[in-house]
Amino acid sequence: MDKEAIELDSVVIRFAGDSGDGMQLTGTQFTNTAALFGNDLATFPDFPAEIRAPQGTLAGVSGYQVHFGSNKINTPGDHCDVLVAMNAAALTANLKWLKTGGTIIVNTDGFDAKNLRLANIPEAENPLENGSLDKYAVKRIDITKISRAALADSGLGTKEIDRSKNMFVLGLIYWMYNRSIDGSVEFLKSKFKKNQAIADANIKLLKAGWNYGETTETFVSKIHVAPAKMEAGVYRSIMGNQALAYGLVAASQKSGIPIFLGTYPITPASDILHELSKLKNFGIRTFQAEDEIAGVCAAIGAAYGGSIGITSSSGPGIALKMEAIGLATMLELPLIVLNVQRGGPSTGLPTKTEQSDLMQALYGRNGECPVVVIAPQGPSDCFHMAYEAINIATRHMIPVFVLSDGYIANGAEPWKFPESKDLPEINVGFAAANTSGDKFMPYERDENLSRPWAVPGTAGLEHRIGGLEKQNVTGNISYDADNHEFMTKLRQDKVNKVADHIPLQTVDNGPDSGDLLVLGWGSTYGAIKTAVNTLRDNGKTVSHAHIRYLNPLPKNLGEVLSKFKQVLVPEMNSGQLVKIIRDKFMIDAMPLNKMQGQPFTTAEIVKKLEELV
Amino acid sequence: MSTLTDQTAPKLTPKDFASDQDVRWCPGCGDYSILKQVQTVMPDLGRKREEIVFISGIGCSSRFPYYMETFGMHSIHGRATAIATGLKASRPELSVWVVTGDGDSLSIGGNHFIHLLRRNLDINVLLFNNQIYGLTKGQYSPTSEQGKVTKSTPYGSIDHPFNPAALALGADATFVARSMDRDPKHLQGVIRKGYDHKGTSLIEIYQNCNVFNDGAFEIFTEKSSKKQEALFVEQGQPLLFGDNNEKGIILDGFTPRIVDIGSDHTADDCWIHNASDGVKANMLVRFFDDPAMEGHLPRPFGVFYAKERPTYEDALNGQIAAAIEKFGSGDIDKLIAGRETWTIN
Ligand code: SF4
Repeated sequence: MDKEAIELDSVVIRFAGDSGDGMQLTGTQFTNTAALFGNDLATFPDFPAEIRAPQGTLAGVSGYQVHFGSNKINTPGDHCDVLVAMNAAALTANLKWLKTGGTIIVNTDGFDAKNLRLANIPEAENPLENGSLDKYAVKRIDITKISRAALADSGLGTKEIDRSKNMFVLGLIYWMYNRSIDGSVEFLKSKFKKNQAIADANIKLLKAGWNYGETTETFVSKIHVAPAKMEAGVYRSIMGNQALAYGLVAASQKSGIPIFLGTYPITPASDILHELSKLKNFGIRTFQAEDEIAGVCAAIGAAYGGSIGITSSSGPGIALKMEAIGLATMLELPLIVLNVQRGGPSTGLPTKTEQSDLMQALYGRNGECPVVVIAPQGPSDCFHMAYEAINIATRHMIPVFVLSDGYIANGAEPWKFPESKDLPEINVGFAAANTSGDKFMPYERDENLSRPWAVPGTAGLEHRIGGLEKQNVTGNISYDADNHEFMTKLRQDKVNKVADHIPLQTVDNGPDSGDLLVLGWGSTYGAIKTAVNTLRDNGKTVSHAHIRYLNPLPKNLGEVLSKFKQVLVPEMNSGQLVKIIRDKFMIDAMPLNKMQGQPFTTAEIVKKLEELV
Repeated sequence: MSTLTDQTAPKLTPKDFASDQDVRWCPGCGDYSILKQVQTVMPDLGRKREEIVFISGIGCSSRFPYYMETFGMHSIHGRATAIATGLKASRPELSVWVVTGDGDSLSIGGNHFIHLLRRNLDINVLLFNNQIYGLTKGQYSPTSEQGKVTKSTPYGSIDHPFNPAALALGADATFVARSMDRDPKHLQGVIRKGYDHKGTSLIEIYQNCNVFNDGAFEIFTEKSSKKQEALFVEQGQPLLFGDNNEKGIILDGFTPRIVDIGSDHTADDCWIHNASDGVKANMLVRFFDDPAMEGHLPRPFGVFYAKERPTYEDALNGQIAAAIEKFGSGDIDKLIAGRETWTIN
């Protein structure tokens, strides 16, 4: 029977289940397939901090939201059209994200007495039976039972079979959205190439899910979402942490300077280590240190020796590294500090996102210790900002902070990736051997106030550096009062000089002047963009600018801001960039804050904008 | 960037290794002797000055790199070992030295210290042990004896001290030695052996802080008591001590005992030192008795343990070479494109 297809511009699906149900894998597989099909998309994985929180409980619910469409997609979507709920806890925790009238696909086996109890639902109030879901289209499928029956002859145990049932869901969703299962079949073959039985079982359930859609009357029609009308070119799907890693590698290859990553595992930054540790044939050295401090210190040691020293972490780990970053500032060595921000303070919310480390990056060290701070605005932009970080650090002999966050790190989007030949050149020169007989001056400066990168092994450059205040030019220890004031200013001037090399601030969306500018940084880009588009579609005048260079700020930022009557600064913190803007430009910029460990929804920003225009 | 030592260059002298900076330790400090012995050994290593890097942390001893005409970094408290690790791992051809003190390496830097030893990078660690915090003007340190009265312990310290050599062996160090500031020849010999050892060399150096802990090691270093209290171990030689080597150490089962050489025992009965014997090295570093104790064992000096195993940097760089061999040098465009791409026209 051939069911007819309904045409839609975009769809949001949220996969929700127990953290052992494989929802992240299901989501990423669907995402890859949608991307290959040519949809634009954005994703949002939302998982618990515990690897295996008690099964069936609210604490153990793991979710993955994907928004795909035939038009430009900037966010993972405020609310979903389809919610997959593998058990009662997953439904309870995620129902608030479902649109009224939306579709719920439930695994009925996940609503038995035990699962209801684990989700704190009295048996009499089983949502599948008490009418509370009447405003939604509920598709009840006993996925567990079907999967066990389908694999009865597989020779696999119940536990293994139950672990594969996410593939049934994936197959069914593929059918609903008229997508080929071929990519996932290939993926499963290669993922389980060492265990044929498991590969076969997963593929069988994937097909079973597809066939279920085709043969049962559960769904009347398929849905078709056409490929997006994106700029011509070759695309791939990319996640933030992956893009950071690739940007670093590209800069290393382009400059000819090897990478040394000194780091310590921490959520949500560890994937940077995982990516780079695979790439040994790019000459990359990764060092999993005994702690965060050793990670950054080893990176400084490597930078001293002529490598690009990199350290990666998240808030609490960054706090531990700060003394060493101060040392790198004094030594004037290139150092890249990647902070994939998460909710804080202290251990805070390890798997949730926040933008609350901006002040830490700018001011969180003892003494006056300015460093360069930049921030990518989305997953693929991580590539460019990581590349830029190395470009700046080596040109200016200075530590550079890259502020990503958990939302960007784990989010995926299509990326029209560059070819390496089109990337800007990075010209790094080590100081040459000194045969003149004159004493080498390690703190002599070029037009950028940058000192020479004088690596051990080079004849005639023997010199001593350290964390004590030093005299300019000679680098000798100096306790002189005037010298300290001079050097304090010089370290700031060094950062200021970077502004000569970074792009001027542009207005991303809307006119260059007017009543209201929305000024964002980092991962709020997509939500602001969509919100501003919504207002503009309704005939309102509002503009959006997004800052990627936070220290130093683009030279013309003051001028850009001065052309607007009001400036609104949405941030996932209690107001950090807004303080900088007010301080630097003496304007009455307004904050819009969210501290829930969750990104802004478009609706939240739209609501605020509607109040203002 | 790689450098090979040029054997034809004129031989350097100790003076060539002295920088133009005024040495600023207190007059009479044991650090002066250690600096001199290091500068004396350097020319014999046959390395160019630019191939040598001294990295220190914080403390009196950590001023050391400023006085060496080599590359040097005076870093932050406790972290020299970690910084040296990054440098050596990425530039294995350099000769990397860490200069540290008992507070720097065993208190604030304790974690990096043990991890350097287990990883076994080819780095030489000179641990100046003066059993006190000198730079901060006289607080007890993690090697101070229990009961020590200092500015921060007016009622006597209650901490049990570390035995650095035993700690190092516990961390699976591949070279563990002890020497003293007051015995130039012995110190030079141990430094040289540490340099020759491929792997992390831990050289604990008893160093007198004549301002805040004067005489802490007097009993081992002064002529009047040295021969009775210090046991100098030599590879293949029996453990003998005393004014005329009239005492020896024998192993009675697993118990070391002091015996008189002459009537009942000969030197041949004694424990013969073998630095590659890990079990015996573990016993030897436990000769850590309070010299005031009746029947105490003498304090050993020399190379207690030396046994090579692959270094971290060789393994790390070996993996890189093997990956390049197997997959060819990385192609950045292939990496960026990944396995799945699609084209929009
Ligand atoms: S305080 Fe002690 S260790 Fe420090 S320089 Fe003076 S004598 Fe030497």
